[in-house]
Amino acid sequence: MSKSPRLTERDRPWMMRTYAGHSDAERSNQLYRRNLEKGQTGLSIAFDLPTQTGYDPDHELARGEVGKVGVSIADRGDMRTLLHDIPLDQMNTSMTINATAAWLLALYIVAAEDEGVAQKQLQGTTQNDILKEYLSRGTYAFPPGPSMRLIADTIVYTVQHVPNWNPINICSYHLQEAGATPVQEIAYSMSNAIAVLDAVRDRITAADEAHSDELMSSVFGRISFFVNAGVRFVEEHAKLRAMSVLWDELGRERYGVENEKHRLFRYGVQVNSLGLTEAQPDNNVYRIALEALAVTLGRDVRARAIQLPAWNEALGLPRPWDQQWSLRLQQVLAYETDLLEYPDIFAGSHVMEALVAELTEGARAEMARVAELGGAVQAVDYMKSGLVESHRERWRRIESGELTVVGMNRFDSTEPSPLTADADGGILVVDPKIESERREAVKRWRSERDQSAVDEALVELERVARHDTDNIMPATIAAARAGVTTGEWSQALRSVFGEYRAPTGVGEAAAVSSEEVSEIRDEVERLSEALGRRLKFLVGKPGLDGHSNGAEQIAVRARDAGMDVVYEGIRLTPAQIASSAAQEGVHVIGLSILSGSHAELIPSVLSELAEAGVENIPVVVGGIIPEADAAALRDAGVAAVYTPRDWDLNQMMRDIIALVSERNGVDVSAPA
Amino acid sequence: MSDASPPDGRGLASQLRARELGAAPAVLNLVETRTPLAREQTRQLLAALSPAELGAEAPGHIVGVTGPPGVGKSSLLSRLVAAWRSDGRSVAVLAVDPSSRRSGGSLLGDRARIDRDPGDGAVFIRSTAAGERLGGLAPATRAAASALACAFDVVVIETVGVGQSETEVADVADTVAVVVQPGSGDVLQFLKSGIMEIPDVLVVTKADLGPLAVRAQSDLHAALRSLGAKTSVVTVSSLPPGTGIEALITALDEHRTALDLPARRLRSRRAHALADFIAEHGERGLRALGGRREAQRWLAEQAPGTDVGSLERALEARAQ
Repeated sequence: MSKSPRLTERDRPWMMRTYAGHSDAERSNQLYRRNLEKGQTGLSIAFDLPTQTGYDPDHELARGEVGKVGVSIADRGDMRTLLHDIPLDQMNTSMTINATAAWLLALYIVAAEDEGVAQKQLQGTTQNDILKEYLSRGTYAFPPGPSMRLIADTIVYTVQHVPNWNPINICSYHLQEAGATPVQEIAYSMSNAIAVLDAVRDRITAADEAHSDELMSSVFGRISFFVNAGVRFVEEHAKLRAMSVLWDELGRERYGVENEKHRLFRYGVQVNSLGLTEAQPDNNVYRIALEALAVTLGRDVRARAIQLPAWNEALGLPRPWDQQWSLRLQQVLAYETDLLEYPDIFAGSHVMEALVAELTEGARAEMARVAELGGAVQAVDYMKSGLVESHRERWRRIESGELTVVGMNRFDSTEPSPLTADADGGILVVDPKIESERREAVKRWRSERDQSAVDEALVELERVARHDTDNIMPATIAAARAGVTTGEWSQALRSVFGEYRAPTGVGEAAAVSSEEVSEIRDEVERLSEALGRRLKFLVGKPGLDGHSNGAEQIAVRARDAGMDVVYEGIRLTPAQIASSAAQEGVHVIGLSILSGSHAELIPSVLSELAEAGVENIPVVVGGIIPEADAAALRDAGVAAVYTPRDWDLNQMMRDIIALVSERNGVDVSAPA
Repeated sequence: MSDASPPDGRGLASQLRARELGAAPAVLNLVETRTPLAREQTRQLLAALSPAELGAEAPGHIVGVTGPPGVGKSSLLSRLVAAWRSDGRSVAVLAVDPSSRRSGGSLLGDRARIDRDPGDGAVFIRSTAAGERLGGLAPATRAAASALACAFDVVVIETVGVGQSETEVADVADTVAVVVQPGSGDVLQFLKSGIMEIPDVLVVTKADLGPLAVRAQSDLHAALRSLGAKTSVVTVSSLPPGTGIEALITALDEHRTALDLPARRLRSRRAHALADFIAEHGERGLRALGGRREAQRWLAEQAPGTDVGSLERALEARAQ
């Protein structure tokens, strides 16, 4: 009788989560409890951008962003409300938090303490990966050196005091979102992990030589990854196998980790959002399902935790129903199919082995290049340019039709979709009242607490921050207990560490040349001749939104089309943008916002422009902007609104040329 | 306002003479515009701001800041601007970025983002594409610097590169500061071999690197001494709280005080006229003048008070 191909016992499913949170702690708490009722097995907390970048709701930069892409958490009171009636000794909570990870972890520890749950019982994850913030996501606060120290401190602290916590998720996810090829995704995330592990090793050996080997092995065992999976799901699966090979090798060879369990490649996943389309958004459901296969099919590298995006992410913030639809997908896959009944179904596959070998080899070469540059921290510029370049290439292939995107650049005729016909357009709209409520709430919190305890905690925090060999966590936890706010904690560290601006990567992006770009260049030349100076275009990212990929691609294309492009990177206030526009003497302004705060920020830029006396400069806007909002923006004076549906960059360039020509009363049509 | 109808150069000049800093964007828009009408207005502007009209050289301190990419010029400038502002000095920064040869386009501001308070009207920052050559000054930058020096206390011209850019900046600036980071041996080589002109002030950044920065400072000191130069070498750190910034400001001020300003500005106006002439008439125009050296020799014979526009017209007449 032949051996059964089945497992003797069906596998337990992975942890199922939904990336969720909006408005304030109370509303998010209700959402979490509903999600848990529906069979979700862990929490994944989305914080708003002010919380992620370390500003209180009443800070100038927070304007328009409070409670938008996640929940606003300013103090321990908010954290307690957020976790109300959720059993923290059993819950596994993932927090998407980076620059301020040490702070949110401290708030979580203090909230648990208030509920009588000791820190050693806590389970969960802080994302805590700063390099990918510099490379892609943009919610950094401090320069690389101090940021790496904060990461090392949280790792050392949790390994010793919160042993079931994953202190960091090395994120390859956002690299793919920024355009990374599979090889880049593997190589850059592994290089990033090396930078983190080296930083921890340095701190451990400096502090405690006796047990450093043992501690390092535990540290290695606590490092997990947060990966992406695109729609090319066979190659994506091979990518995960390649990562597990390299991770095991790294543990053995570089860090001397003998415990096999500590060398296991553990990861959570959110599948690809980059490939989700605004055009025919219903098709995204299939993409998400196929991408989920990439991270579940092979048992040897199956995800530990999965959260799936919603079908309508390219339209705006998903509603609870949209998120439920994605959770049900996970449940069908885990509970209805026979997926969990077998051992690894790719074991022995020649095709899979060869694919893995190819990716592993490519990644090793790229890792060697990063190492030559002095490691991931030193190579941020190199990696960033590599990503911008890959993204540009991907876009070129979509524009030329080499890469098919169904419903977008091919098969694009469609029936009207009943899914987006609702009055709300199929998205969640955060009540604009939330922001003022939150501003008042944090002011109230500050006035009701024991100020002298707060002052003392902040003095101690700054002292520890200046003293490089101290661990930041104890002083941070004490500050959380004393009632310090998110903005105050961050400001104390900013005053010691300074601020940082990540490279934009656009300067090094290769120039594109095509017949069409060259035609546009001729138009730019004619227009510039007529104007008397070169067409000058300001590309601005107002607010805290760090998703700069779109703005970067537009800046690069405009340069290639022969324009002088002013691009100052992310996180500008409306006043800064207006001041730059006036001082730089630009002919046109393009603003990009993907966080959904366009309704607040764009009018605010327009009024600052009027204040600066340059309201005559035309403004175009790009972002995830529902049609109703777009109409309001046009009424307010915006010349054009672009959404992810407008993917043809060349057309956008032509529109800009036409706009500037018209506003300046010049004719640039080609000579007959 | 459309670029097609440039503002009146004399009007802008009187705004600058009244130290109306808000005129700066319009001045830049004008000097960058190459239509014949705009060029005539630029000449009017410069003529109205010439030493003959002002009765003295423009009072602002024109400082060139140049160095290779990645040495930390933007962070340094952020600190310098803040320090000048807390002394109550107004500052204009003209940042010159390289441009793409192929498309003619450029990405500006990417490296030159300088922290500032957008509500502070006494700080003006403008980025410009370099024009044809890497490290070369856009023709407009020279005009802008001399015009803005009538209204701003400090005018900074920031350029990228080592070896050539400081030569061009030296044509315009009263004081040239070259910025290097520790461990950049090529600067030593460039200095010794004469590829690079000796700067007025050498700035070593990243003093937070400690011994490396100290070493760089003493190497540069030794090299400059062996060349007989009086250049001051200042070590700075732009990491908070920032160190060496006051010392750098003192070094810049001391250089300016010791300078024969009329002579340097005269040289600058002559270089400006020639650069503008070449931008308009190219190598062919230069040949008609008997070559660069001949043109320079001829310019040196002209009356010291002559304004740039008149010098340029005289060159044009000579080239006919």
